[in-house]
Amino acid sequence: MNETLLRSLTPSVIGVLVRRGADFAAAEDAVQDALLEAIRVWPAGPPRDPKGWLVTVAWNRFLDATRAEAARRRREDLVDAQPAPGPAATADDTLQLYFLCAHPSLTPASAVALTLRAVGGLTTRQIAQAYLVPEATMAQRISRAKKTVAGVRLDQPGDVATVLRVLYLVFNEGYSGDVDLAAEAIRLTRQLAAAYDHPEVAGLLALMLLHHARRAARTAPDGALIPLAEQDRTRWDTALIAEGVQILQTALSRDRLGEFQAQAAIAALHADAPTAAETDWIQIVEWYDELAALTDSPVVRLNRAVAVGEADGPHAGLAALAALDPSLPRYTAVSAYLRERTGDLTAAARLYAEAAYQATNAAERDHLLRQAARLNTDGHT
Amino acid sequence: MAKYLLLKHYRGAPAAVNDVPMDKWTPEEVSAHIKYMNDFAARLEETGEFVDGQALAPQGEWVRYDGEGRPPVTDGPFAETKDLIAGWMIIDVDSRDRAVELAGELSAAPGAGGKPIHEWLEVRPFLTETPTIVE
Repeated sequence: MNETLLRSLTPSVIGVLVRRGADFAAAEDAVQDALLEAIRVWPAGPPRDPKGWLVTVAWNRFLDATRAEAARRRREDLVDAQPAPGPAATADDTLQLYFLCAHPSLTPASAVALTLRAVGGLTTRQIAQAYLVPEATMAQRISRAKKTVAGVRLDQPGDVATVLRVLYLVFNEGYSGDVDLAAEAIRLTRQLAAAYDHPEVAGLLALMLLHHARRAARTAPDGALIPLAEQDRTRWDTALIAEGVQILQTALSRDRLGEFQAQAAIAALHADAPTAAETDWIQIVEWYDELAALTDSPVVRLNRAVAVGEADGPHAGLAALAALDPSLPRYTAVSAYLRERTGDLTAAARLYAEAAYQATNAAERDHLLRQAARLNTDGHT
Repeated sequence: MAKYLLLKHYRGAPAAVNDVPMDKWTPEEVSAHIKYMNDFAARLEETGEFVDGQALAPQGEWVRYDGEGRPPVTDGPFAETKDLIAGWMIIDVDSRDRAVELAGELSAAPGAGGKPIHEWLEVRPFLTETPTIVE
């Protein structure tokens, strides 16, 4: 059974049920039941029309649930009102679900969970495993999210920026458990790009592809982080890079720049360099300037200081850093790196150790510890 | 089966035998230490004794209720003298002896010079559920 195909049908099946009169929360529950049933019975006998099968099973589940709630009159009305099965407006249904699941009334964690279930077709258990919380907790989060959006009309167009933020969050979570969230985010962004022609959707897709292309090179066999400059570039996925660059170029040619296109442009410049030394840092600084103008984010300014350090030397980088708030995440790590490049190894070692102390994830902490250790033990190892 | 918490401290435990701060080790020694910890957890998963393991950041603060309608009081960052937990592993084992044996292995993780750290770990039994048969 192709689970990806199965899951890709989720939003359009929910759309069919909603058009037949089910409310979103009940439709989503019924489709989740149908998906679990499909996972159980399809391996033994896959249906000829997978979507038709899912619609039938989900609709029956929905009617059962309605019956169980003793809403008999309402059910009969619904059955009477049931339209003849016809061609479904799949792209529209899917798009509406993206907007609903990323609705601004939802917290980011709820929007992520609801998107993965109703658009991604993942089971509650899979989502719970991916985010390392108990299944009952995730079920509750999803159920509350559905109550929050219960009054939202499915026919209202939303702001695509909220959808992109949710997909970006899913991608950035990487992967844990048996669900690869990065790959899932790419699949959902591809599906969105197919349903909604927008340069920033394309920009986000390009950004994800370009980062995903480096994944194999980013960690050592023992799990240690490998920084960009030290990665084995032959392990980058050239097919993903080519696709990302092509999508980005098409988006940029429309002359409606946004933050994801600018970030993707920076990732593309890194991908384009055969060696770290050949990186076009001057252009990267220019893209950071564009990005800073678009977002005014302190994290962007911090990354810009790193790029300035590469383009114009570590002293220029430190000057750019001096204008920023030292309490920014990774400020100390950047400062350590730039100090080391100026040759001030004592200060760099101290700053690396301090940065390790402040790190917010284990892989980064271990990486920074090794940097401090390298400088502290150089010459007597 | 009984669950035990193995607690590792940043501060507050008696001094380890091989007591050198991690940033004064070589990078290879840091890597060897991390590998030892990961392998240890993986081995316990295979024996069916691993429940959970988490690492904590050294930052944090004290928080307490300050009365109706008032925001909680916070006090922090922690004083230099405070006990500071670095992380934990929860194991589900047959006996206290097995818990002690595993804690001993964990304490043998290599540190400076590739030699075991001999660090002190806290081993704490969980309070159990009420058994069905009590008479």
